Amino acid sequence: MNHSMKKLATFLFVAALGLAAPAFAQLRLTITSGVTDPIPIAVVPFASVAPSSSSLDVAQVIEHDLQSSGRFKPMARTDMLSKPATAAEVDAATWKQMRNDYVVVGRVSMLPDGAARVEADLVNVLNGQRSSHNTTVPGGNLRKAAHRVADMLYEKIIGVKGAFDTRIAYVAVSGKAPTQRYELIVADSDNENRRKILVSTLPIMSPTWSPDGEWLSYVSFEKHVSMVFVQEIKTSKRVAVSRRAGINGAPSYSPDGKKLLLTLSGSNGNLDIYLLDLFTQQLTRLTDDQAIDTEAVFAPDGNSIYFTSDRSGNPQVYRLALGGTERPRRVTFQGAYNARPRVSPDGKQLALLTQVEGSYRIAVQDLASGTVQVLSKGRQEESPSFAPNGAMLIFAGRQNGQGMLQTVSVDGQIAARLDADAGEVREPVWGPFQP
Amino acid sequence: MKKFVPLALVVASLGLLMGCPSKPVEQPPPPPAQTTDTSAADSANASNDETATAGPSGELLSKRIVYFDFDSAEIRADSQTVVAGHARYLAGAPAQKVRLEGHADERGSREYNIGLGERRAQAVRRALMLQGVAEVQLSTVSYGEERPAVAGSDEQAYAANRRVEIVYLK
Repeated sequence: MNHSMKKLATFLFVAALGLAAPAFAQLRLTITSGVTDPIPIAVVPFASVAPSSSSLDVAQVIEHDLQSSGRFKPMARTDMLSKPATAAEVDAATWKQMRNDYVVVGRVSMLPDGAARVEADLVNVLNGQRSSHNTTVPGGNLRKAAHRVADMLYEKIIGVKGAFDTRIAYVAVSGKAPTQRYELIVADSDNENRRKILVSTLPIMSPTWSPDGEWLSYVSFEKHVSMVFVQEIKTSKRVAVSRRAGINGAPSYSPDGKKLLLTLSGSNGNLDIYLLDLFTQQLTRLTDDQAIDTEAVFAPDGNSIYFTSDRSGNPQVYRLALGGTERPRRVTFQGAYNARPRVSPDGKQLALLTQVEGSYRIAVQDLASGTVQVLSKGRQEESPSFAPNGAMLIFAGRQNGQGMLQTVSVDGQIAARLDADAGEVREPVWGPFQP
Repeated sequence: MKKFVPLALVVASLGLLMGCPSKPVEQPPPPPAQTTDTSAADSANASNDETATAGPSGELLSKRIVYFDFDSAEIRADSQTVVAGHARYLAGAPAQKVRLEGHADERGSREYNIGLGERRAQAVRRALMLQGVAEVQLSTVSYGEERPAVAGSDEQAYAANRRVEIVYLK
């Protein structure tokens, strides 16, 4: 496979409005960099086999998912000569002649108990192989069913588990400084189905997912002081878990979801890392240094943490093994600014914010070899977050003073941008796989 | 309940500072606005539940922003007189409380910038205490890069945003 990067023709689509009041009227996805040989695929509009109350175009959701991965080149519907609904109706030779490698056909139905059922057939028109990919989602959530089918198709063709049926959270900011409005948003991975979780005239920052995807923790300044909250997404029920004197910041869950890493400063302003047990309220201090220690995250095995500290004079990333007496060890050495570490799901890589030629960019460091690869090209980027399959990162970039969502594959090959018409998006965080 | 509007004070100070953030303010700012923007107050569970107070007036005391250089928590020379003026006033008004709000420019990581803003707020806190202000009169908060005074991604905006705001509480 040719791994050289190439600019692809950009494509645009206008998002339908979510059910809840959307943060923005329009969003546009642009693939800014992709593989040179994306796989040609035809996703034929799905047949509706039973009365359906939803007008969702399931095939279009699947097509957008596959296209947004940068690895597929979907066929335009207007070029399709027929609209088969089953694998048996697919004339492989004709689709192959139209330069497709794969054809996806499918059926959508609503079951008597209200569940949404999507059945998709994948036909490899080069060798005639067929496979079925079906899913049933309770509560009639067709959009979720569509993302699940996209995940199955992606895994079947690419060989990597898809992460389309996942959610993201981010902070959206509107209005001009200094009178801004802050919203905490949860959306599907394609930024559809957006929901406001919290709205405030004072900053909201550092959202982070619980490992089960049911809760978000974040920092809110709504009382003119920093406070760390945990909030159940489904019910909006929330609890202030840290409102101590000074800074309450940078929350991050332990792998078992029972504890929260925090940055606390006390009234004297010395930022250190603490571990808060959410069930017993017991607080354990993990670092003690005059420097700024912040942005701690657990390694997936729970045995160590990574955090930012400027104890060397400028911000660098350190690793602290838990349960021992060893001092934190510095892990970043390339450049004068390395901050906000996030560990890949397999524990082998670190995503971080690094300074290159005066710009702040997203980089990935291999933990075993120390090799650093800078993945982005902007001037002011921030907040990298791994997709749960470890294949992509989402982060916030900035252009013309506007923050926007961007994604990049961990090898740097594929990059995409989601432009918002209004407002600014920051601190995107990718949620875990969902049941 | 303690009531005040930090935004109004910020707006009042900023109108004059935009365009020349590094120069001293030549005239007192206009009186603070009477109300905050309530358009965003429709939140179910977050609110901006404080309102404004004017605080002391006078040419020096109307300057309530202390500026800093890049990556520095050292009070800039041109802001030392501002701090000294407030120190004199506060030392003579022991019942008066102020909140020191530290800020950073937008470059770099957000939580690290919270740390930088806190260092600046602490620098002003220490300077005020050294000049006779009691610890109980002072509280700090760091907004990092989250509440810029000025929008923009140039050196002028950065300089205006690296600051500590002295907010008088009623």
